[in-house]
Amino acid sequence: MSRESSLHRRRNQLLILVVVLSNVIGNVALSHGMRQTGSIVSASPLDYVRAFAKPWTVAGVLVLVIWMVSDLALLSRADLSFVLPVTASAYVLIAIAGHFWLGERISAVRWLGILAITFGVVLAEETPSRTTEAPPPEHLP
Amino acid sequence: MIGMRWVLVGIIACCNTVGDVLNTAGMKRQGELEEFSPRAVGRMVWGIFRNPLVMGGIAALAVSFFALLSLLSIANVSFAVPATAISYVLETFLARHVLKEDVGRRRWAAATLVACGVALLQW
Repeated sequence: MSRESSLHRRRNQLLILVVVLSNVIGNVALSHGMRQTGSIVSASPLDYVRAFAKPWTVAGVLVLVIWMVSDLALLSRADLSFVLPVTASAYVLIAIAGHFWLGERISAVRWLGILAITFGVVLAEETPSRTTEAPPPEHLP
Repeated sequence: MIGMRWVLVGIIACCNTVGDVLNTAGMKRQGELEEFSPRAVGRMVWGIFRNPLVMGGIAALAVSFFALLSLLSIANVSFAVPATAISYVLETFLARHVLKEDVGRRRWAAATLVACGVALLQW
């Protein structure tokens, strides 16, 4: 495992920040929009089109497009087993934002969950971001 | 509705796992995004449309997304998001055995801690 250059690492950190923030903002906006829409459990695409009439749902989807592109860019530079735990810091941000901005109560068990995720993120951050050059073709799905 | 919630959770976890593995394999094949200029990002996005692995991955994530929309309409986000914690362990397993990543003890510990932490957020 070669040591990563600091420029490569800084660029990865920038991408991680964009992935995490767009994930948080997109999911919160989408959740807000879906609550305005009401229950949808249907195979009909028209029911989903109805959900897109809500501005919060549209905003959420647009921000999640940014998340998708930045996540793919990060996956081109780093391992999946590195990206997964590191970008999980989005959960911590959602919980803490809910606590301090929306006054939501966080139980002791939820604080324990936040602590576990934070340790997981720190542990993954200490490993090299990439351990493969390209997956061997015979192992590709 | 409670049974339907867990069916949707299963669809989300499976499609997320397949989608992320296909996307990683496809993006590694496509090559690393080395600079973040609009031109380089545009080239990457154009390459994605001609990359069957990533298109397959995005299709799987789209199914997961619509299942999440359905789940969010019948359950709180505090149930919907944490219930998919199992996909962290599944994806790490596939990263090791399909993508041949060097998943050492630290990464396993990180994935396990995150999965447990995400599950605990339900309470």
